[in-house]
Amino acid sequence: MLPAGDVAIEAPASERAGLPGHGGVRIVEVARTFGGRRGEVAALAGLSLRIEPRETVAIVGPSGCGKTTLLELICGLQRPDSGRIEAAPAALMPQRDLLLPWLSALDNAALALRARGLRAVDARAAAAPWFERLGLAGFESARPYELSGGMRQRVSFLRSLLAGKPVLALDEPFASLDALTRAEMQGWLAHALEETPRTVALVTHDVEEAVLLADRVAVMSSRPGRIVDEIPVELERPRHRDDADVVALRARALAGLGVAP
Amino acid sequence: MRRLERILLPVGVLVALFAIWELYVDLGGADPLVLPPPHAIASALYTDRATLWSSFTATAQEVLFGIAVAVVAGSVLAVGIHLFATLRRAFMPLVIASQAVPIVVIAPLFLLWLGFGILPKLLIIALVAFFPVVVTTTAALETVDPELIKLMRTFDASRLHTLCRIELPAALPGLFTGAKLAAVFSVIGAVFAEQAGSNSGLGYLLTISENQFLESQAFAAVAILSLFAIALFALLTVAERRALPWAYRPKGDATR
Repeated sequence: MLPAGDVAIEAPASERAGLPGHGGVRIVEVARTFGGRRGEVAALAGLSLRIEPRETVAIVGPSGCGKTTLLELICGLQRPDSGRIEAAPAALMPQRDLLLPWLSALDNAALALRARGLRAVDARAAAAPWFERLGLAGFESARPYELSGGMRQRVSFLRSLLAGKPVLALDEPFASLDALTRAEMQGWLAHALEETPRTVALVTHDVEEAVLLADRVAVMSSRPGRIVDEIPVELERPRHRDDADVVALRARALAGLGVAP
Repeated sequence: MRRLERILLPVGVLVALFAIWELYVDLGGADPLVLPPPHAIASALYTDRATLWSSFTATAQEVLFGIAVAVVAGSVLAVGIHLFATLRRAFMPLVIASQAVPIVVIAPLFLLWLGFGILPKLLIIALVAFFPVVVTTTAALETVDPELIKLMRTFDASRLHTLCRIELPAALPGLFTGAKLAAVFSVIGAVFAEQAGSNSGLGYLLTISENQFLESQAFAAVAILSLFAIALFALLTVAERRALPWAYRPKGDATR
């Protein structure tokens, strides 16, 4: 049995004990099984992963390998059936932007601050300077439907960033964007993380995105998911998709996934 | 052009319907004592205007209060059902059954218990009208993306905060749909309530005009009831567009 403070519990997610002086994530031999209509499905089995403070780890894997389950475990939205998770408080950035249509971009970005109990004026004042830094200046009072896909994703990122958690759990943040916008947003995210370093767990099915953005790429097996390869990406930033090193690491990650490059 | 068409189209349909009706009665298709022709109804609307107006104000008062009670009770029940599965299991069969019970059977009971004032009528109207509010509001509350709820949990939002800031605003379009249905149902409910026992209102007027073979007056009362229902529906539609402009945008929402 695990010490109660170490595991995620039901909402609110903050009730889980954070690790003082530690902004990282440590997952040891975690298993998670879901009961379905056709019996039990093992989503994760024997998964271990460390994310050091301020490190960006990309998690790639075939679809249905339990990547989202892993993020929810990190965020404390689920608890593992067995194994240990020690994670500093984490904020989720979902795959779809899920901006609230009745709020302005600024109020959407300030959502986490309002949830923490800040008054509307204070929350807006805290969020407003970020609009300039994230290339959203002038769109503070725009409604979500008035923003482009890339801008909506940036507001969504800002919303999770402003939750003020040491860990960011990004769930395929650019999967819904067109190729051109996605490339642009990858460059933007790399820049944003350089400016405000966080511990980042980035789930993606795009191996190139993983190599471009992460300090380390963790390759997951198909279900039940576990980490089968960890590829350090010790390349200078900014990186370009046609750099020889990027191409080589991409090939290695694809090989780890069992895909011929 | 489109605007003109929106007005001309329903008016045109109504005019055509009245013309056929008028011709049918005038050419001897039906006894005017059974089916009064539109011109007789129009003249009843004018000659009986004092009676019709005082009856209308009585009914309108009941209907407006009835809608208010139905919307408040319906949305409170919807939120309760949304939050607590136990409440849903406990009350949903009763809520559905309440709609299957003929009002004609229970209306006299309410009168027996609560007398002839406005209270039993309010209850009958609310009973008829709260159901659509419960159904549409509950459905709207369920459409909130579960990912959004998870997101709020990672933001340490309390259940109450998520309910007030995310789920309730997202459910407002559903509440308006329910209120529009409730408005129309309330008008029917008021007539039932007044016919069960009352000495005022358009439902009461309907009963006595039928008894005295004043079919033109009865149909005039029906015309006013219909216009009232249309007016309430239109008013709520305008209010919804004003209050929830975001619900009329093609894209850009997380709640559908």
